[in-house]
Amino acid sequence: MAELEGIYTIWLRENKRFVRYRSRIITSVVTPLLWLIIFGTGLGSAVRFGTGAAGYQAFIFPGIIGQTILFTAVFSGVSVIMDRQYGFLKEILVAPISRPSIVFGKALGISTTAMIQGMVLLLLSFIVAVPMTPIIFLESVGVILLISLGLSGLGLLISSFTDSMEGFNLIMSFIVLPIFLLSGALFPITGLPSWLQVAVYINPLTYGVDALRNIILNEAVLPLYVDVIVVALFAVMMIMISALVFSKKEQSLM
Amino acid sequence: MEYIIQTHDISKKYDDFTAVNGVNLKVPKNSVYGVLGPNGAGKTTLISMLCTILHPTSGSATVNGYDVTKHPKEVRESIGIVFQSRALDDMLTGREHLQMHASLYGVPKDVRQERIDEILDLIALGPKANEFVKTYSGGMKRRLEIGRGLIHHPKVLFLDEPTLGLDPQTRESIWSYIKELNQNQDVTVLMTTHYMEEADKLCDEVAIINQGQIITTNSPRNLKRELKADTITMQVDNIEKFIEEAQKLEFVKEIYSMDSEIKLMVERGENLVAELVNFANKHNIFVYSIELEHPNLEDVFLKYTGRTIQGEG
Repeated sequence: MAELEGIYTIWLRENKRFVRYRSRIITSVVTPLLWLIIFGTGLGSAVRFGTGAAGYQAFIFPGIIGQTILFTAVFSGVSVIMDRQYGFLKEILVAPISRPSIVFGKALGISTTAMIQGMVLLLLSFIVAVPMTPIIFLESVGVILLISLGLSGLGLLISSFTDSMEGFNLIMSFIVLPIFLLSGALFPITGLPSWLQVAVYINPLTYGVDALRNIILNEAVLPLYVDVIVVALFAVMMIMISALVFSKKEQSLM
Repeated sequence: MEYIIQTHDISKKYDDFTAVNGVNLKVPKNSVYGVLGPNGAGKTTLISMLCTILHPTSGSATVNGYDVTKHPKEVRESIGIVFQSRALDDMLTGREHLQMHASLYGVPKDVRQERIDEILDLIALGPKANEFVKTYSGGMKRRLEIGRGLIHHPKVLFLDEPTLGLDPQTRESIWSYIKELNQNQDVTVLMTTHYMEEADKLCDEVAIINQGQIITTNSPRNLKRELKADTITMQVDNIEKFIEEAQKLEFVKEIYSMDSEIKLMVERGENLVAELVNFANKHNIFVYSIELEHPNLEDVFLKYTGRTIQGEG
């Protein structure tokens, strides 16, 4: 009971912070729209895109949702570094509540904010002429939640190994961008050279994007249940590993 | 006497550096206990071990009857902590900090609102309680942190350098606040400080710590009495000669020079000022200045460690 309340408390703080940083909310919607409208239109008119009927813009729509979740989840996870620098992490870590609950509360909080962003994008699907039904919407939200749990777990894990925001660019170049580019968000993952294919299939976001594309556009490489299982496993694994690392490293985190 | 905190040879080592070295501490219940020492003496490390933030390398400690390594959760439930560095979230309001803390520490829901209002009253945040912490002054932030540490009615409140970096006026108000707290609430306060004045004014008992070891513990009053001495500080034109001659004087218990000043330990110094000036004149030594001081904790520290507390730490 006390643990549940702890999880809720940490979840609540995460959401309050999200709502209060207005600039973050605006960028979280504007950035994906730029990708969809400018990049989608630009590249879409340059290439002949064979797969779906709806064209390139529609094709990258699920990918861009995946990208938005990726950036939000990982960077919110990494924001623990800031909490650490401002000392607020101490306040949470000395509370009589278990480390796994702290990690889980944080991951849930981040996922909620990522989910809200995903929902906003889903509602804007008409911009790229993708039809949206309540079923598609709900199924997508479910997948989005799973993906963001895993990615926020990853962000939290990174934060436990990094002690300053100096490492931010490294995280960007070596973790976030590769995950984005290798997820098939921007191009179909069939017919790639085999070295690239391997990298794509190692990437957990690939399965998330494939699942979203399956639900939203009804076109996919893998069956939906395979995607969902992989994404769910990734989420469980990441949260468990971060919970473990937070428990083990708690002293060096404070 | 009932002790709420006890440590047994508690030590913390980092590679080849020993931050805390075999400390034995006994903190009486409901007292204000000060750990006094220069920067880097191991105060924060000691307090961190008692708060379960750091594991001791060796030795043990109990807080409110719970062992800090075996029962960290119970210890955490019994204590409130105000860290040396700020631990606030700019994007939350004061009231939200208190709410968050209350639920993290499992304050029952039915009394929560009451407690929060009570604390807000106590720390006098007033209308600022509903504004973001980023708009607060340094003193308000500190008061909020102290209030937050109290909301779950801890048995022990740890204050790590509570007035560090605050202006004198705010410092005074925090002091009177801590005093009031100790008188009106059932709480023991363990504070670290490197301000002598702070320890002198607030603490029932102090432990002087230097280079990771407790040098002495006693009440500030007894520590000062132990010196049995007033200090006469003199500036003269020939320090060496003066010391050489003055050592022969019967009433001079101790004499040494520090930073081009001479310090003499004497009893009933007010009777001796004139005599010392005459004595210097007799030996053709010119006295620039002479000053009489009754002992303070600074002198106690100096006596035990051979250096001033503000000196290189």
